[in-house]
Amino acid sequence: MRSLRYIVPVLLFLLVAGFLLLGLDRNPGEIPSPLIGKAAPSWALPRLPSATASGAAVADGSMLAANTLKGKPYLLNVWASWCAPCLQEHPILVDLARRNVITIVGVNYKDKPEDARAWLARHGNPFGATVADRDGRTAIDFGVYGVPETFLVDAQGIVRFKHIGALTDEAMRARLLPAIAALPASSIAAAK
Amino acid sequence: MTSASLLHPSRAAGLVLLLVLCALAAVQPSAAQEARPPGTVERAAGATTATTATTTAADDAALMKTDRFRHLAGELRCLVCQNQSLVDSNAPLAQDLRAEVVRLMSSGRDDQQIKSFLVDRYGEFVLYRPALSLRNALLWVGPFALLVIGAIGWWRLGRRRPSASPSAQDALKHVDELLGQ
Repeated sequence: MRSLRYIVPVLLFLLVAGFLLLGLDRNPGEIPSPLIGKAAPSWALPRLPSATASGAAVADGSMLAANTLKGKPYLLNVWASWCAPCLQEHPILVDLARRNVITIVGVNYKDKPEDARAWLARHGNPFGATVADRDGRTAIDFGVYGVPETFLVDAQGIVRFKHIGALTDEAMRARLLPAIAALPASSIAAAK
Repeated sequence: MTSASLLHPSRAAGLVLLLVLCALAAVQPSAAQEARPPGTVERAAGATTATTATTTAADDAALMKTDRFRHLAGELRCLVCQNQSLVDSNAPLAQDLRAEVVRLMSSGRDDQQIKSFLVDRYGEFVLYRPALSLRNALLWVGPFALLVIGAIGWWRLGRRRPSASPSAQDALKHVDELLGQ
């Protein structure tokens, strides 16, 4: 009984130390999105003029809307030419597009169209379609609070996964690719 | 002796227990994210843009000076600089969100609707005072529960103290015996 008196504080100390240790690994900047598992906000944005990867000519000012993308999953990547981490993650997106894993829709956030075009011309264009969110209001609907952010939307239009900040090889291998693989097999086949 | 009794090991242990439990309560993850059904406040894009078109920039600026706006935006967290409210922050996102709050206000939403508009998009973390719910009840009640537990522990240890010092009495008796010899 007497020894218990001295052991209990030690155990409590270890418990607190354990919590603090776990806290070291947590990034307070990463706020879990309330959108996961819910329908993506319906959006309709003008396409960035002449920025399609397929080379298909698109008339300036034409719109792309969320419901036209329904039926196959896509990755929604919010980026800007003024954003340094976007450049950092860019090769990963280019590689993903080259391997034809999933359609990537680029949302050009609060950017000048000519800057965005020049940036894509210089660094490669992984986007199946690029749309411009010049006032950032669609990004607010997605709960974007910093670029880049990447959302995985499934064939039914449900948000399945969100990555905050630049994508890394580690994030791809450990989280995004498994999340894509976890989508229903039929919708992945449709994406290929 | 009365002042020294505070430092008695059993008391000190109780105090340490109390402090540790309070520290534990503080370590709890800061924001319990609450899942809310989407679309409690859906922004009807057409309706809002129509309202925006009729209000002028001057109206918006006037709205930002109202007590209602300052109070509401003061309770909303800037997501970029997390320890500042939407009123305090100069981050571009905070400016956009202020504009969004003004837009919602001028379209006739009440404070609760504006808050849930932001919670639907950014999670409960945007609220400096999240509503009490089943998911975050532990965060609200926990510290008080730990305080009560700690107080009970301290009280019980304190009560046990008189019986915990017979060794000292034995020692005194032994001294008396030695002196008496």
